[in-house]
Amino acid sequence: MKARRWLGRNAIRIYAVVAFAYLFVPVAYTLAFSFNDSGKSNISWKGFTLDKWKNPCGAPDVCPALANSLKIGVLATLVATVLGTMIAFALARHRFRGRTATNLTIFLPMATPEVVLGASLLALFLNLGVNLGFGTIVIAHVMFCISFVVVTVKARIAGLDPRLEQAAMDLYADEWQTFRRITLPLVAPGIAAGALLAFSLSFDDFIITNFNSGAENTFPKFVWVSSLRGIPAQANVIASAMFFIALLSVLFGQAVTSRKKQKG
Amino acid sequence: MADPETGGRDLRLEHVSKRFGSFVAVDDLSLTIPSGSFFALLGPSGCGKTTTLRMVAGLEEPTDGTILIGDDDVTHARPYKRPVNTVFQSYALFPHLDIFENVAFGLRRRGSKKVTAEVEAALELVELGGMAKRKPAQLSGGQQQRVALARAIVNRPAVLLLDEPLGALDLKLRRQMQIELKRIQIEVGLTFVHVTHDQEEAMTMADTIAVMNSGRIEQMGGPTELYESPTTTFVANFLGQSNLIRATVSGSDGDDLVLEVHGQKVALPSALRNGGESDLHIGVRPEKIQLVPEGAAVEGARRNVLPGGVVSDASFTGVSTQYLVRMPWGQELMVFAQNLGTGGLLRRGTTVDLHWDPAHTFALDGRLDVNAGVDRTEGVASVPVG
Amino acid sequence: MSAAQGIGIGERQTLEDPQHDRGSTAPSQPGRRRLTPYLLLLPGMAWLTIFFIVPLVTLLSTSTQTRPDGAEIGVYTQTWRFANYTDTLDEYLTVFGRSFFYALIATVLALAISYPLAYAIAFKSGRWRNLLLVLVVAPFFVSFLLRTIAWKQILADQAWVADALRTVHLLGPDGRIINTAPAVVIGITYNFLPFMILPIYASLERVDPRLMEAAGDLYASALTTLRKVTIPLSLPGVVAGTLLTFIPAAGDYINSALLGNRDTTMVGNVIDSRFLRVVDYPTAAVLSVSLMLSILLLVAIYIRRSGTEELV
Repeated sequence: MKARRWLGRNAIRIYAVVAFAYLFVPVAYTLAFSFNDSGKSNISWKGFTLDKWKNPCGAPDVCPALANSLKIGVLATLVATVLGTMIAFALARHRFRGRTATNLTIFLPMATPEVVLGASLLALFLNLGVNLGFGTIVIAHVMFCISFVVVTVKARIAGLDPRLEQAAMDLYADEWQTFRRITLPLVAPGIAAGALLAFSLSFDDFIITNFNSGAENTFPKFVWVSSLRGIPAQANVIASAMFFIALLSVLFGQAVTSRKKQKG
Repeated sequence: MADPETGGRDLRLEHVSKRFGSFVAVDDLSLTIPSGSFFALLGPSGCGKTTTLRMVAGLEEPTDGTILIGDDDVTHARPYKRPVNTVFQSYALFPHLDIFENVAFGLRRRGSKKVTAEVEAALELVELGGMAKRKPAQLSGGQQQRVALARAIVNRPAVLLLDEPLGALDLKLRRQMQIELKRIQIEVGLTFVHVTHDQEEAMTMADTIAVMNSGRIEQMGGPTELYESPTTTFVANFLGQSNLIRATVSGSDGDDLVLEVHGQKVALPSALRNGGESDLHIGVRPEKIQLVPEGAAVEGARRNVLPGGVVSDASFTGVSTQYLVRMPWGQELMVFAQNLGTGGLLRRGTTVDLHWDPAHTFALDGRLDVNAGVDRTEGVASVPVG
Repeated sequence: MSAAQGIGIGERQTLEDPQHDRGSTAPSQPGRRRLTPYLLLLPGMAWLTIFFIVPLVTLLSTSTQTRPDGAEIGVYTQTWRFANYTDTLDEYLTVFGRSFFYALIATVLALAISYPLAYAIAFKSGRWRNLLLVLVVAPFFVSFLLRTIAWKQILADQAWVADALRTVHLLGPDGRIINTAPAVVIGITYNFLPFMILPIYASLERVDPRLMEAAGDLYASALTTLRKVTIPLSLPGVVAGTLLTFIPAAGDYINSALLGNRDTTMVGNVIDSRFLRVVDYPTAAVLSVSLMLSILLLVAIYIRRSGTEELV
């Protein structure tokens, strides 16, 4: 009886633990196999080693592909963040004709399957006779990142009290000074969030990249291609390192904001 | 102490209107606010007072009319080109800047040379000297309010606008800040234009009050004048509480008009009649009426009497007892009896006569709506008495 | 500032000043300011028009092209052959049905996993809430291809999961998980889980716990409270989450390629191979257009249905 009541009260917590297990099993596998003392193929466990962590560029093509992905990610993020932020300001702060069409154009890329986005863009490039490579990947990534930046930044602007800007103008700041000293600093966290989202989408994209990359390599593409013959453990090392960097920076960010709140 | 550069200039609104689509927020408003005065715009939500304020600040553009500060036409000037500063309703302190930088904001934009000294002086004035390095979120509501005030007055504007500045504070703090604001206004000598829906707040602080309703000014004057001799039913009901009773002029007696009120003769000094022909509403404030048991005599020379009321409710609030008295013609009148410690409470069902001094009567045009301005919420702590 | 305070202030503003909530910060300066929104929109919208709208139109045009007799592979001309659609759909109808079926099952499973999890995080986690939210997102810091490949290893014939299931006879002695439809669905479900959890969490977080207490106070059992109060109030999150899961799931082909077999082919696989390997652009275009249109149609119906449900 007691046990049943305990179970009843904690059912949802038990469920949550099981769900978290489901979420983390593949991650654990990926992390574990970064320590696998394997040869070319990294499918079965051969024993523990730190060799792959000491020499992450040991396997051919891994590091150039990673460098390429980082370059593409940074460039696409930069362009998408600037363009998306501008659109977000137009949508949140101005009334203009063609608003509905604009909103639809922002929404549609998010509602389109990646395979369609990739295929249609490739059709355009083929028709125009464009050489596929670094440039076309960046174009594609900017295209699907813009909408996510717009949505993120727009939400932040919408949450901004319009009276803050009115107060700045009331205190002798002209339009540009108001934007520079009040609006931009207050919207900055939203822009940063949009940029982070854009970077992670770009860095992890495979489908659209695969359509529009030609011979250019990226990290996901490297994983895909080598998955047919066996992925070197160095790929797991890099993925694990990225995982820890991202996790630590998020936790650090949270710690900073919660400390700020506590002080307040 | 007024700044010679900006002080000493009146704020004038001439035939100012503001329409949003078909909605008329402000309707042909003309107003002169003399330099150095504490002026209150009082009215219920949606009466146009905030829109008026925002037009003076430059945050809305008038549809028609002219706004002048001294001789300068600022009707279409951008907000940052006007010698006007605002204390916003929820303060609108910049959350990412500390208190010092919040207060320094306007000075820096105008390229002041003595930023530090002036900010420190302003923070001293509002008694927040030690808070300069804190962020707005680390201050209490009352402290934030003072920062907002310091941030505005540090610029020595010709006109300081206050948009319901105390609305977010609790009652006790609000009373304290009312006194404080008045002190600061006298100290710095700036023109304060204060928008509020709280009649008590307006009366406590302002030299002149303009009561607004539906985009127009109903009546303008000093707090006593507005309270003692309102000219419309709206003002009578919105400022304090009024008993408005139908009356007709039946003759005159020397300086008095003789009125008939539901069969009773009542005297009204002619000077106290504000408009109207023969059909009038006479008004008596609840605290001016004295309740006596039926037929009992009351000392004092001239009294108006309405007999035959029945006490239908009595609430003891400490300072006074508030009675509702049902009159023979069905109307319920309100009477406040001050708690002087003499005489007991009148029980529900007691038959009473209502007495008051004719000089405490005012009379309004009988065609006005009796219930104008009556529909507002005001919490009065009271204990019902059996 | 609490949500209630925010709402109160908003209401007062609209009463006092009808223009306010439209977000104007100051009176408009005619001329220059009227141009500003278009200048802000121009670069981004140009990008989306050239690299998203135009390609969609190109795709539409490609879908009715044919290869002239004797032409090289990969050369197509516009012949307005709408029969491309009937031909292709005849051939791939089962693939289409399978894609939507897998996506539907994966969406339902993801909802079943996500709702209780989001509920637990929103109402039962106390001071661990932020950490748990990070943990929900954390798996997705690992490259999704590697995660899917990890599933391939986990579900492999010789791995412990299959062994365990064989031991308890849930799986026959020759039974396998990898390269089956369930494996594909498990992979898809896993892949889009945060898209389901986060919107549901966001809308649950906004539900005032006092509303649930009030329901309890008014004689609603825990289950009735959930059914009549909590779930209806979190419905916007559920709608957003199911859409964000279903749309990419229906177009996915990675899970099918890595975890499935020839009989689990989804539309994405066909588009991918027709486009990149077979160089049969019209068929790939027909499939892409049909996939997109059917998804938009389903989404429109779904939004409308869930909208009316909310009103009832």
